Amino acid sequence: MSVEDLVVEARGLVKRFGAFEAVHGIDVEVRRGESFGFLGPNGAGKTSTMRMISAVSTPSQGTLRILGLDPATHGPTIRARLGVVPQEDTLELELSVRVNLEIYGRYFDLPWSEVKERTRELLEFVQLSERANSKVDDLSGGMKRRLTIARALINRPELLILDEPTTGLDPQARHLLWDRLYRLKREGVTLIITTHYMDEAEQLCDRLVVMDQGSIVAQGAPSELIEQHSTREVVELRFAQDEHEPLRASLEGFASRVEVLPDRILLYVNDGDEVVGQLGRAGVNPASTLVRRSSLEDVFLRLTGRTLVE
Amino acid sequence: MSDVTAHPSAGWARWQRSWWYHAVLYARTWRGSVISTAVFPLLFLAAMGVGVGHLVSQHAGRVQGLSYLDFIAPGLLATTAMQIGEGESTWSVLGAVKWQRTYHAAISTPLEPEDVLLGKLSWVGTRALATGVIYTVIIGLFGALHSWWALSLPLVATLIALAFAAPLVAWTCTLENEGALITFYRFAIVPMFLFSATFYPVSAYPGYLRPLVQLAPLYHGVALARAGADGHGSLGALSAHVAVLGVMAVAGLLWGRHTLRRRLVN
Repeated sequence: MSVEDLVVEARGLVKRFGAFEAVHGIDVEVRRGESFGFLGPNGAGKTSTMRMISAVSTPSQGTLRILGLDPATHGPTIRARLGVVPQEDTLELELSVRVNLEIYGRYFDLPWSEVKERTRELLEFVQLSERANSKVDDLSGGMKRRLTIARALINRPELLILDEPTTGLDPQARHLLWDRLYRLKREGVTLIITTHYMDEAEQLCDRLVVMDQGSIVAQGAPSELIEQHSTREVVELRFAQDEHEPLRASLEGFASRVEVLPDRILLYVNDGDEVVGQLGRAGVNPASTLVRRSSLEDVFLRLTGRTLVE
Repeated sequence: MSDVTAHPSAGWARWQRSWWYHAVLYARTWRGSVISTAVFPLLFLAAMGVGVGHLVSQHAGRVQGLSYLDFIAPGLLATTAMQIGEGESTWSVLGAVKWQRTYHAAISTPLEPEDVLLGKLSWVGTRALATGVIYTVIIGLFGALHSWWALSLPLVATLIALAFAAPLVAWTCTLENEGALITFYRFAIVPMFLFSATFYPVSAYPGYLRPLVQLAPLYHGVALARAGADGHGSLGALSAHVAVLGVMAVAGLLWGRHTLRRRLVN
């Protein structure tokens, strides 16, 4: 692969804040035109990594090339070709939807006529044309998010960086956003996305890395990760009794891994229906049984644990 | 869409963009600031200058050789300039780096933190200059200008506003919440407004208090504005006043480069 095809190339990337090390030397390569995900629990170092890739925050150590350039010396040149959707909308609440886009367009030094034209087109793209003159403060959360995405597109970026683009949105708004992101990808825009939602990652990402405590703990396509870190199917068993732990020993022979949760027991298996049959013949009688395909969420929880990280 | 590509402009063009942002924001939200920057000082001018001035002329005659109106009109121009500098550099900056984070949005574009800082301060300067022009005309209409040096008053207002704005932007960038801003307003801005020899000469204080008053930056602004309106003043004293305000503005700018970058980039 030639260097021009790498939109982001990071080697041994470290970010420290005083004595605290948020990112511990990660290697990442993002190729032109792909949609690349960063997954991880809160505090995993995703946002710190995003800020370095956005050519805003300087790496404490390691090498970083964005669009083939060094952000330490070419920050403004790189940022002129990026679009950034931060975790918080960072919109000017007192100003109208249209003026928010115009100000941002002027930051990129686009001529007035061009700013006006792109503002009109982008408002259409994110379905906000009718709200062009509304104060941003009066918009719903989903509308603000769409406006933030429109704003990130005003310079027609080659690389769009989205930090948790759909957190806090209702399902309709999420699907609308996903649809817009697909369209951008079809037009050749490279996408880098962080998300907490595994279904979103499975839907949107060609490849992804899972980060935990500042390091990359797994990487690959969603299907590859499921193959490597989980089984093909999962059997979910619920029992009438409250105490599940004593059942573990009797179930271990049926699955490659057994996970006991407060409300149910998960059996990681290759053929769920076959295992359910075996359980019946062995006299195990759960109150309910559900066979489903393994998901990225199973992989994620396996890799980063079920304990709450604050 | 036509095929114009975004490109990073030179530093000069970049901070102009930030100036423009601050100007647009002000144009859309100016109503709130009109009371403090226009109505208040005019009410003061009318009530104190004309009302108290009448009393003063009946009893003491003149203050430092000036009518009371002539004495306080330039002082009010100076305090208004201070208020513009303070008002533009505290709450709105904390909002832009902490609550709405619009400065974070700005530096996701080709703008650097320094461009945002220069955009902000050049906007403060613009606003103070324009306000200074309007005030100078109004003070003239009240009949309180006696020299062509009065033409320098808008520049004096600009210098005063920047002397306050630059260090205050820098300091605000280091704050975690608004508590310190409230304290600062109560215990620094309000006393300075009242005690910087704006309403009576510094000679009204006992000798040991005078150096304390002269430490207040606003004192130097008031003295400079008064000299401009009146046309009298020694070159040495005036240079000292300009130097105090100028050093504050430049030191604030250098400090702000550091604190704003630290706040936005880390």
